[in-house]
Amino acid sequence: MRSEPKLSPNGAFSAALLDAEQSIPTGIVGPDGAPDSKRFNVYRNNVIVSLVEALAHTFPAVQQLVGEEYFAALARSFVIENPPKSPVLIWYGREFGAYLDAFPPLSAYPYLGDVARLEWGWLQSFHSADACPLDPARLASVSPNLVGEVRFEIHPACRMIASIWPVLSLVQANRFGGVCSKPINLDNPEAVLVTRPDIKVQLSCLPNGAVTFFNALTNGKTFSDAAALASFDDSRFELEATLGLFLGQGVFTDLRVVAGSNEHGKAIANTGEVGCLP
Amino acid sequence: MKNKAMSAAIVAGAVATAVAGLTAPTTANAQAKEKCYGISLKGQNDCKAGPGTTCAGTSTVDYQGNAWTLVPKGTCVSMELPGDRKGSLTELDRDLPEA
Amino acid sequence: MQAQHSGTPLLRTAPPWRAGVGLKPEHIPEILETHPDVGFFEIHAENYMGAGGAPHRNLAMIRERYPLSLHGVGLSIGSEGPLDREHLGRLRTLNTKYDPELFSEHLAWSTHDQIYVNDLLPVAYNVDTLVRVCDHIDEVQETVGRKMLLENPSTYVAFEQSSMTETAFLKEVVRRTGCGLLLDVNNVYVSCINHDRQPEHYLQDFPIEAVGEVHLGGHAPDMDQAERPLLIDAHDREVDAEVWRLYEQILRKIGPIPTLVEWDNDVPAWGVLLAEAERATGLLKLAAQPDMTYAV
Repeated sequence: MRSEPKLSPNGAFSAALLDAEQSIPTGIVGPDGAPDSKRFNVYRNNVIVSLVEALAHTFPAVQQLVGEEYFAALARSFVIENPPKSPVLIWYGREFGAYLDAFPPLSAYPYLGDVARLEWGWLQSFHSADACPLDPARLASVSPNLVGEVRFEIHPACRMIASIWPVLSLVQANRFGGVCSKPINLDNPEAVLVTRPDIKVQLSCLPNGAVTFFNALTNGKTFSDAAALASFDDSRFELEATLGLFLGQGVFTDLRVVAGSNEHGKAIANTGEVGCLP
Repeated sequence: MKNKAMSAAIVAGAVATAVAGLTAPTTANAQAKEKCYGISLKGQNDCKAGPGTTCAGTSTVDYQGNAWTLVPKGTCVSMELPGDRKGSLTELDRDLPEA
Repeated sequence: MQAQHSGTPLLRTAPPWRAGVGLKPEHIPEILETHPDVGFFEIHAENYMGAGGAPHRNLAMIRERYPLSLHGVGLSIGSEGPLDREHLGRLRTLNTKYDPELFSEHLAWSTHDQIYVNDLLPVAYNVDTLVRVCDHIDEVQETVGRKMLLENPSTYVAFEQSSMTETAFLKEVVRRTGCGLLLDVNNVYVSCINHDRQPEHYLQDFPIEAVGEVHLGGHAPDMDQAERPLLIDAHDREVDAEVWRLYEQILRKIGPIPTLVEWDNDVPAWGVLLAEAERATGLLKLAAQPDMTYAV
């Protein structure tokens, strides 16, 4: 052994857990008082296998796309380089997408990173805080000359993943018991809206211009400014359809009218949520 | 900004159309009747030991090793990328929002 | 220590002679459709640490009908460093939200230098470990505001640095902190076989009066390098006959006690798990009537 700073007992134990090349720490023995590497390897196995399993639960489409055997080796190498920092494993794997992007053996499969990011977004949405979606009637009740000044609160479970790959098609064919009816054309980019109006996570493909519209609203732009930006960016942008999608999928929880701090705006903001779950 | 402005009438008209087009089940009220316990997901945290003394935690795999030369057994996607995008990781300029 | 630590925590709303079951998400639809007659459900706390959504909605519905046991698997009470305060806060939040009848964690560690290795790793039984485990348990009970049960581990290795037995260590932890114990009978059996000891001797030395809950589960047989039997705490099958036998001995000694059947790997159909729990329930009922003879 090289002379290295002496590790604490748990330090030596955990260092050897994630490095199979290391010999087992001294002082760890079987019933006869002699070291037994097979016994220590039970812990090594538990750590790797349980974390690989946790990743497989979080990224089932990636697993299906690369196959179980490949995924096990891939996830294992991710685990060793990026072990969890929190005991809460629903939050483990945020960096998996970036890891796939940069993983040299997968350079011929550049869409996998986005597939992982969509699956990550799905899981975070699944576990997000509950919130009641905005009742569309509240938006309809804003007076026509003020409605353009509306700003929306975005639902805590709402996310958007824009990809240059058909990421939604890839996830739908490889997850949720999806079946593959025809090969997926990798030439079609897809932007995916992830929402959870109640408890079921919904994935919707965003129409033209909707990414700009969504980003503008998320950044606090007013309704009419966001609509203007979106149609400026993409002349095919359809405000009615996109707004209908956002309202229907529960992108918003609330709205504010801030123009001139008029009484009407305040009254709208204070309207009680109708039919909202506790 | 002026050239990007959208008239109040257009915006208000879009709201009216969008809201009118929404169907009842999209409101939270209707969803309360949904059998939500049908939706359950295996927990990531568990309390069990793995597969005993297999070599899952001890086998060594390096980047250049045989394991990575295996072509992933993908499903439902043509593994040949179209055009000049094949394997061109560095050419992809992505600006993805943090999920 | 604190006043709230007095007495064994008892299940409020279900008789202790009905066994509980570890709650698996795949069983939730059937449980909520059929309302099976089980004593309580136990959850792994970490799976309910998200902010909302289906896990909490489902758990709230379970909680309405059943007593609940909150079982942490990631606090790392055996850590050399301080406890993760954020994580402890999350445990407190869950305790406040669901007000479980039982709350437990493990005599083990899983975090070192902020890396969480997701296994229940063993500690050496000596004064150093004892002091820090007791400090951590004090902190848990003070923060969460209730008595916790500490579970005996299943282990595959021993430490030369150990200077006391596991049972002596647990006895001292109970004396110093006022915590209760979760006696995992499968862990007793697994560890005793793995360390070439008699489970009966272990149980004789175990501070049985501090037990607030019992765990039963299945294990997988394996062998170590020297081809000695090595049992793996896999929770992947029925409870072993030897474990049932030890459980009966415990019941004869202390009477009915909240008992949980766990099955976490290769999770079977709900009916199979329920049948295991009913077998435990049968023994608990016999234990409530000491004149009856035991038969498994």
